[in-house]
Amino acid sequence: MKQNISTSSKSNVYDSAKRKHPAIEELLALFRYRDLIYQLVRRDIVARYKRSVLGVAWTMLNPLGTMLIMVVVFSQVFRTTENYSAYVLTGIICWTMFSQSTSMAMSSMVWGSQLFKQIYVPRTAFVVSTILASMVNFILSLVPLFIVYAMTGVQLRPSALLLPISMLFLFSFSLGVALLVSSIAVFFPDVADLYPVVLTAWMYLTPIIMPLDFYREILNGILLYINPFYYIVNLFRILMLDGFVPHLQTWVATAVSAFGILIIGWIFFSLRADRFAYHV
Amino acid sequence: MFKSHIKEPQWDTSVFLEDVSVHYRIPSESIKTFKEYIIKLLKGQIKHESFSALRRIDLDVKKGEIFGVLGRNGAGKSTLLKVISRVLIPSEGRVWINGQISPLLQLGAGFHPELTGRENIFLNATLLGHSHDDIEQKMDEIIDFSEIEDFIEAPLRTYSSGMQSRLGFAVATAWQPDILILDEVLSVGDIGFQKKCVNRMSKFRDRGATVIMVSHSVNRIQEICERAIWLDHGEIKILDTATTVCEIYKKALSV
Repeated sequence: MKQNISTSSKSNVYDSAKRKHPAIEELLALFRYRDLIYQLVRRDIVARYKRSVLGVAWTMLNPLGTMLIMVVVFSQVFRTTENYSAYVLTGIICWTMFSQSTSMAMSSMVWGSQLFKQIYVPRTAFVVSTILASMVNFILSLVPLFIVYAMTGVQLRPSALLLPISMLFLFSFSLGVALLVSSIAVFFPDVADLYPVVLTAWMYLTPIIMPLDFYREILNGILLYINPFYYIVNLFRILMLDGFVPHLQTWVATAVSAFGILIIGWIFFSLRADRFAYHV
Repeated sequence: MFKSHIKEPQWDTSVFLEDVSVHYRIPSESIKTFKEYIIKLLKGQIKHESFSALRRIDLDVKKGEIFGVLGRNGAGKSTLLKVISRVLIPSEGRVWINGQISPLLQLGAGFHPELTGRENIFLNATLLGHSHDDIEQKMDEIIDFSEIEDFIEAPLRTYSSGMQSRLGFAVATAWQPDILILDEVLSVGDIGFQKKCVNRMSKFRDRGATVIMVSHSVNRIQEICERAIWLDHGEIKILDTATTVCEIYKKALSV
């Protein structure tokens, strides 16, 4: 009799007794729903740019505008930093990608949790698609970055070819943090209000606007070493601005902080995901 | 109380529940913010009360069967449907489902106002788990059924609410499900469209879909269903032929 079960339908059997670990189950489900991810990413991008003519341009102008302000305000203060505008713009676009994508992931989860009460959708789908859509924006914002590089005389070296790896780290880190904060935000909406404050503090603890030397002088640079985002932005700047391929230990430190956060976030999220629909 | 002796799904089983319970943990006082939660957690003041929406449910619905669920408001009917449609993972017990389930989706949830009708069909259908190729195949049929051919390339925000729900219904029912969940009465659009909906549902049934029907109307269940259960306070009070269950249910109500 048993073999009939498997042959009767195109293996469409769902058995809650045979579920694997939630984190693995979620990964498999996400793969099955890959067309959904594509549609959600597309929706995010199309919806953002459809109504405004300047849509795509805004993505590029925004970090440029912030950079201009920083250059005007701080170039007198941080006279020592060589090519401050390239330094600050590189930092800003990395930070913008991270802070915007994680904030947006939270609101897309709150939207998605309405759907979770009605249909089965892989719970990570909304967070993953939001981060992917932000990654597309990040790639667009590389255009003004390269323009500023050209204008300020930054010579790109072969190390710049490793940029995709650096972007993978940025993506993993953002996804990991997004999963952590959005799984909490489903239960406590005030986390969404709290998070921008945390982000602001975090930004000033990271060498985004202020020069690296400033942080190196505080407590022997301990602020840098305990800050996982430092490794991400630092690798980015080394590859693009300093133009050399760093030591293995820099790679390892960056990979550990990026993938470590991703794995922690993924497991934390998956373990809580079953409770989402219970939360009325 | 009914107790099943079947412990494994059989070859002709469509929906199989074994010892399924759903417990909601409700905080004794409502904690709305994360700040409050942390403070209360540190003080050890968080207490939960457990509320069981379903208690030790055993169920074995056969393929092609039309199965009725009776019960008052709050008896656990919607929780049961949620467990069957995988929205809710039960706190205890095993859920075994063979086949595609029709979605419980509220019509049009998941639409985006800035996207066109066509783009929304893709978005909504992928949310229901269909692949890009599957959707492309069904596209003409969906557009045809929803009666919005002329507006399909216009953004959804220009649609009337009737058009939106017609589109939602057309997407949700474009695929023949193995298990059809009917929750109360459908009321989409005008009478002409409602008729189309009822026809489509009957067609699914005639093609051999398992139907799980929830209704307040005892007569409808008695009329259509073969077997039925009476859910009361999250437990199965009786499981029998629809006629028997309905008779007992009616008697209990009239007392």
